[in-house]
Amino acid sequence: MASTPKPEELAKISYNPPERDWMDTKPQFRSGTWCYASKPDSLKSLGLPNPRKWSPSDEDWKLPENWKEIIFEGLRERLHKFRSLRLFMDICVRCGACADKCHFYLGTGDPKNMPVLRAELLRSVYRKDFTMAGKILGKFAGARELTEDVIKEWFYYFFQCTECRRCSLFCPYGIDTAEITIIGRELLNLIGCNIDWITSPAANCYRTGNHLGIQPHALVDMIDFCVDDIKEVTGIKIEPTINRKGAEILFIAPSGDVFADPGTYTMMGYLMLFHELGLDYTLSTYASEGGNFGLFNSHEMMKRLNSKMYAEAERLGAKWILGGECGHMWRVIHQYMDTMNGPAGFMEQPVSPVTGTRFENAKSTKMVHITEFTSDLIKHNAIKLDSSRNDQLRVTFHDSCNVSRAMGLIEEPRYILNHVCNNFFEMPENTIKEETFCCGSGSGLNTDEFMEMRMAGGLPRANAVRHVHDKHGVNLLSCICAIDRAVLPSLMDYWVPGVAVSGVHELVGNALVMRGEKERTLDLRMQSFE
Amino acid sequence: MGLKASLIIVLSLVALASAGAGVSFFQPLLAVVIPYMVLAVFLVGLCWRVFKWAQAPVPFRIPTTAGQQKSFSWLKANKLDNPSNTAGVIGRMLLEILLFRSLFRNTKAELRKGPKLTYGWEKWLWLAGLLFHWSFLVVAIRHLRFFIQPIPALVRFTEGLDGFLQLGLPTVYITDVLLVLAVTYLFLRRIVIPQLRYISLPADYFPLLMILGIAFSGITMRYFLRVDLGAVKEFAVSLAMFSPKVPEGIGAVFYVHLFLVSVLFIYFSFSKLMHMGGVFLSPTRNLANNNRAKRHINPWNYPVDVHSYAEYEMEFGNKMKGAGLPLEKEEQ
Ligand code: HEM
Ligand code: SF4
Ligand code: SF4
Repeated sequence: MASTPKPEELAKISYNPPERDWMDTKPQFRSGTWCYASKPDSLKSLGLPNPRKWSPSDEDWKLPENWKEIIFEGLRERLHKFRSLRLFMDICVRCGACADKCHFYLGTGDPKNMPVLRAELLRSVYRKDFTMAGKILGKFAGARELTEDVIKEWFYYFFQCTECRRCSLFCPYGIDTAEITIIGRELLNLIGCNIDWITSPAANCYRTGNHLGIQPHALVDMIDFCVDDIKEVTGIKIEPTINRKGAEILFIAPSGDVFADPGTYTMMGYLMLFHELGLDYTLSTYASEGGNFGLFNSHEMMKRLNSKMYAEAERLGAKWILGGECGHMWRVIHQYMDTMNGPAGFMEQPVSPVTGTRFENAKSTKMVHITEFTSDLIKHNAIKLDSSRNDQLRVTFHDSCNVSRAMGLIEEPRYILNHVCNNFFEMPENTIKEETFCCGSGSGLNTDEFMEMRMAGGLPRANAVRHVHDKHGVNLLSCICAIDRAVLPSLMDYWVPGVAVSGVHELVGNALVMRGEKERTLDLRMQSFE
Repeated sequence: MGLKASLIIVLSLVALASAGAGVSFFQPLLAVVIPYMVLAVFLVGLCWRVFKWAQAPVPFRIPTTAGQQKSFSWLKANKLDNPSNTAGVIGRMLLEILLFRSLFRNTKAELRKGPKLTYGWEKWLWLAGLLFHWSFLVVAIRHLRFFIQPIPALVRFTEGLDGFLQLGLPTVYITDVLLVLAVTYLFLRRIVIPQLRYISLPADYFPLLMILGIAFSGITMRYFLRVDLGAVKEFAVSLAMFSPKVPEGIGAVFYVHLFLVSVLFIYFSFSKLMHMGGVFLSPTRNLANNNRAKRHINPWNYPVDVHSYAEYEMEFGNKMKGAGLPLEKEEQ
């Protein structure tokens, strides 16, 4: 793995396009800018095509003999299945409004990271084979032949897009390059060109129920750690149940929250809250993953992994599902789950057992976001909060791409933050809410060998944090996403040292006044309140 | 390359039409045969393309949400940028189509020392785009005066508004000026901004040059050569009544104008100009964000391989038991 350049080096970005036409420029597979190839075992365990040992830096990618045919057939099939694809292939006017909206373009200056050109990588091939103008006029109509070099280019740039949809917000026709990337990756997948950081978690999730491959007994141990830590902080021994039939609510969080700091503190926050409310809920080991790396592989894989949520809710007889803080998890739940794996007729419309609020907006899918649930509690004064416990923190909030641009969950987390801490500062307008910038590591690109590109893609986000860090002394970046919690700490260390990262429910946990608790001297990180 | 080629093509078209205009053999071709053909190709092409799009299903409801969702009565939802029902979607689409709402969000990113990224004001593209399209529409409506007798009230009204400055003789239409200015801006920005030049295809320069060509030939006829509008009207009405008469004594510019319009509209349905139809169908814009409240149906949803709980318990049952987790097997 190459070492990542220093921030001063990485910040030297030129936005001037090269002399040579983009069709004649090939990507350089420089280390730090691409992710390792899928291991054959993971592909095999998911039944995916062309498992083999290979590396993107190799000359020979060992494609199947009829790879061209496979791609054409795959593209043809998807043009018939997705109006989005067909339309987005046809109507772009190349106005360029999307260009400087992509964090990877802003962070690298590579013109093929402009969403419009990323899409042209596929569009040019589409024109050649599926449009009359392209067939007749060729390059003049912006069409080009599909070659192995084109495949390499797709791989390079479709795995340099985090499917954040910021481009689609600004496009006058709503052309969503994330949709094109999703389908582009799906095509690459047909010939076995995928990355290990996506395939292996997906394979793990398929078998063990979560991306990290945590087996049931180990998951129990981890929850026990959480319970011990909560005891130490509050003096209260809570008793979460796992795989319990008959619980009213099935709670599903991203597995990152169970496994690694600072996600674990958020997990503690959830569990403390549920205990305080006396919620009748259970966790599950079979459905121990909220996230869904299948989304980054193909629509089919997304459905295969997501199926566990409803299956488990039905098996356990839960009335509805409550979901933890995670971005792409909620893209899948909000925009795909019910369509793919529903209808969930075996459950009931979610009702908060504490406030009696009926969650009208979740009446079909029957799954509620934890910040919806908690903001409703606060609104009804159903919990006691001592926000001064977070006074040592100067907090800002990073909107995750998926919940802001594929759901519109914008004010709920802010409402909570404004009740659990006293020093909250927004980042500049063009970098938050629906215009939020990606962490730079979404959509399965949060792997170490991709670090240079992650730091480059994370620049716009980090830069906005630095603004409030300098201006207001912000020292905590809160978020509602497990990938964010995993990747933002390194992004902050790189660009804005001195800013920590937390989930919103970690701050809830700090502020929550629990019945029978001892006098709190420690926050959830076991640091004393100052 | 694209720029030069497009320019050459447009100039050749102009030359072709000017040459043909003087030859009596070509006149019926340019004035009658081609326009009817254009009409047929345009209409069939337009319908065909829209039909192809409509044929492909919308498997998932994927609106790009651009504001607060509708969740609680006490949190203000953004009804237009994140609509939760059909009325909201109609509002959102009207804003997109009539006012280019999304383009209005446009900003310009700049990297300063530090590094410091800033996102500055940039509404010129939106403004020029809007002026161009509205002017184009008004010009098109005004042209109906040639085809319909008596002239409809709407057309007269539009003309009146458009010429309200009462400047010059004949009165200068504001949209003529705006159209030329806006298209010129759109064209220049494509050449001047390096990134835009980099992404531009011949197919991007061509329509702009064609529209400029059409505008200039039209303006020449109206303000400078003062062609015989009576003859134009007679010809246009005859076309509209399907009893075409080849126009006489209008001059070569008219043929150029008509020919460029013909080529543009032949080209229309094969090109990016189809965004006119496509914008209505975009699934990131024309769907309500009520995903969790109302199930969306995917017509091709198919069963997939899943890893069932039974298989899971088969593999991990012992470990689960060891950890004190309940099992299905025992319960039976
Ligand atoms: C419902 C109707 C239409 C809508 C909503 C619409 C919308 C837009 C928008 C938002 C843009 C991008 C901004 C810009 O570059 O101006 C655009 C570009 C463009 N439109 Fe339209 N349009 C429509 C119909 C038409 C028609 C009928 C024509 C011409 C025959 C046309 C020609 C163009 C051209 C040439 C461009 C590219 C401008 C450039 O290259 O910069 N549009 N359209
Ligand atoms: S904003 Fe939309 S139409 Fe404009 S270049 Fe980007 S994708 Fe194409
Ligand atoms: S989805 Fe995000 S990462 Fe991908 S092209 Fe668009 S702005 Fe860039």
